[in-house]
Amino acid sequence: MTSVSSSSEFQHQHHFKSAEHQYASSKQGIWLFLCTEILMFGGLFVGYLIYHSLYPTVFKNGSETLDWKMGAVNTVVLLVSSFTMAAAINYVQRGLHKIAAIMLALTIACAGAFMVIKYFEYSHKFHVGTVPGKFSLVDPTCGAGGKRAECESKISALLKNPVELEKNHVSAEEVTRLKAVISQPKWEMFYGFYFVMTGLHGIHVVAGALLIFWIFIKTLRRKVGPEYYTPVEGVGLFWHVVDLVWIYLFPLLYLVG
Amino acid sequence: MSSAHTKTEHGHADHNYLNHGSGIWSWMTTLDHKRIGLMYFATVATLFLIGGFFALGIRLHLAKFGAEPLLDPDTYNKFMTFHGAIMVFMVIIPGIPAFLGNFVLPIQLGAKDVAFPRLNLASYYIFIAGAAIAASSMIFNQVDTGWTFYTPYSTAKTSNGVILLVLGAFTMGFSSILTGLNFIVTTHKLRAPGMTMDRIPLMIWALYSTSIIQILATPILAITLLLIGAEKTLGVGIFDPDLGGDPVLFQHFFWFYSHPAVYIMILPAMGVISELITAFSKKTIFGYRAIAYSSVAIAAVSFLVWGHHMFVSGQSTIAGIVFSIITMFVGVPTAIKLFNWISTMYRGTVTFEAPMLFALGFMFLFTIGGLTGVFLASTGMDVHFHDTYFVVAHFHYVMVGGTLMALMGGILYWFPKMFGRMTSDLGGRISWVLIFTGFNVTFFPQFVLGAMGMPRRYFDYLPEYTNLNQISTVGSWLIGLGFLVGLITIIHGIFKGEKATDNPWGAKTLEWQTSSPPPHENFINTPTVTAGPYDFR
Ligand code: HEM
Ligand SMILES: [Cu+2]
Repeated sequence: MTSVSSSSEFQHQHHFKSAEHQYASSKQGIWLFLCTEILMFGGLFVGYLIYHSLYPTVFKNGSETLDWKMGAVNTVVLLVSSFTMAAAINYVQRGLHKIAAIMLALTIACAGAFMVIKYFEYSHKFHVGTVPGKFSLVDPTCGAGGKRAECESKISALLKNPVELEKNHVSAEEVTRLKAVISQPKWEMFYGFYFVMTGLHGIHVVAGALLIFWIFIKTLRRKVGPEYYTPVEGVGLFWHVVDLVWIYLFPLLYLVG
Repeated sequence: MSSAHTKTEHGHADHNYLNHGSGIWSWMTTLDHKRIGLMYFATVATLFLIGGFFALGIRLHLAKFGAEPLLDPDTYNKFMTFHGAIMVFMVIIPGIPAFLGNFVLPIQLGAKDVAFPRLNLASYYIFIAGAAIAASSMIFNQVDTGWTFYTPYSTAKTSNGVILLVLGAFTMGFSSILTGLNFIVTTHKLRAPGMTMDRIPLMIWALYSTSIIQILATPILAITLLLIGAEKTLGVGIFDPDLGGDPVLFQHFFWFYSHPAVYIMILPAMGVISELITAFSKKTIFGYRAIAYSSVAIAAVSFLVWGHHMFVSGQSTIAGIVFSIITMFVGVPTAIKLFNWISTMYRGTVTFEAPMLFALGFMFLFTIGGLTGVFLASTGMDVHFHDTYFVVAHFHYVMVGGTLMALMGGILYWFPKMFGRMTSDLGGRISWVLIFTGFNVTFFPQFVLGAMGMPRRYFDYLPEYTNLNQISTVGSWLIGLGFLVGLITIIHGIFKGEKATDNPWGAKTLEWQTSSPPPHENFINTPTVTAGPYDFR
């Protein structure tokens, strides 16, 4: 545990006794906030477990239509970003502002890469029509309103059309999987969870990237350093939680099935 | 904000937080917890008036005085929804913690401010934003789901206004989380020298337990509300039986928050009552530890009982029985508190100023609310009472009779500290008499109506329910009048009240050791605490 020297020019806020006191309080606040984040995702995980046990085949088939390679790449990307973030904290604490800024920039780049990969995954889903309820691209009338059968026949029609498949990069293998999915009643359920869970996580990735950018500016301007690095550490902890959530999402959605 | 205030800067008795900086802008950007508390007061009071308008509208309609119904069924449902949603999310939940809590918690701890003053101000604006988003649904797309947003009606059938209301509630929940977090860290880290955890006032114990609930339960509400939004915009299907989802899951999620939320509403009220009872009995509180720990116990048990709202939802019989039994346990810590308060008054030098009257009103009404809760917690009886006016009466006795009584008592009690002036005791008493009688006239008949079988949330009823409904409506006007008198008393006190001394009630907690109103940083010299909070001899 590094300690903060109060002898430096850094002024702690007037209602704290010392810089250490302020640091410890801030840290407690950040941890409490992170608990609420985990609890919020916890609600989704509980829902996922419930429906997974209700419709095991739907979830198995659904998870097979996800591209686990993309998910795996994203996992690695996030792990790397967690590492660069941790390194950035360390460099800030040691007063190495330049390399710290580079590490933060790398972290932001990783967040960007993650979102780009997500974009490819999402848009593929939009093309083949495995989207939740109302937004089925195949036909706007599909989904929620009890027109499921119609919707499925549209997807099956798409699966029989080689030109369309070629255009949307659907392999023969994927056709089999998609067919397996839509042969199941309530198959939309899986994609509902997929989009809500990864969507909420994606929003957190974007928010995290913005926070890191804020820290990046602070670092460049030398507003943080060995005497005062609470915001860097706080954002870092947030970023690790975002990473952690993905570490659970990835196997649950892409692998368990 | 400069960090080193010298003594001379606050040496004058007339320099206080109210005149430390002037102009509207100095208020809007203030980081002072006392000012933020007062801003919550103004906001919540305004929202209370709007919620009250809907309440009186509902009641007037149900009295059926004229030949023509006052509201059409659709409008009635919207009135009921906005009434419930405003009162719960915007009045009772933030009322005591965000307003009174913000004002007194740091002073009672001997701190200069809450741990994160900026975050505190941010919470306030997040609350305003949430309230504005929710209110915009009144203009754009009214909601008729009731404040509980039960699916699939809310997601598959009714208007898109639900999205706005839900988003607003989500935002206000975020504000609630941040306030709770701030209070917890403040309590842990900013206590004055000598203020050990077993010397903190009971108000703080109550706020502390409340904050724990806010942090643990609100995220579940957040995700539930987000899911409603996702269902409505994307048709996700998690709660929609058409798509394989389960509306009962929604109820589980919703009540997993909303039952603990009932304690977000009532625990701070109990904290206020503990302060009032000791101050007006001039006696050391009986069983400090029992009251303190029972707050934490209530917080803990509150997470295990949500299923009592769902006895008739089709959950399993076993679940029903288990929830029923655990629910009964909540009675234990609650009863402990009541007995301790009564023991404190016993042989005390009890005086009956207006705040104390509200405290006694709380004890009386809350006891009725609590006991009828035991009826509802018995699975067999609940089958009969569920969704009847019995339930309406029960939760109004608890939430209004309990929380609002405490809120009024708390305002009058801390008023001299807030504004340096006294409120008229007579005004307070008249307000109390009107609210207390009006309340019983309004809601007691509803127990009977419920037992007779009148369903809640209905626009119309059978002729045999007419008389009791009309009595109830007359009572609602008394309540309205009572709050009006209360409001006038407060406004009169702010401008014309006589000057208050530093400790007009002779209370012992720290906030009474500083001047009225306190200086910007609460104390000129940080106090050192050497004894418990209620050391009356
Ligand atoms: C003048 C005082 C009040 C009157 C006359 C009043 C009256 C009513 C009425 C007639 C209903 C509709 C019941 C139904 O149809 O099921 C209702 C519902 C409700 N009220 Fe009040 N009320 C008052 C104050 C409050 C306050 C201060 C709160 C704050 C907690 C509150 C919370 C609620 C809630 C949560 C509901 C349920 C709404 C729903 O189920 O959707 N009420 N009230
Ligand atoms: Cu409950």
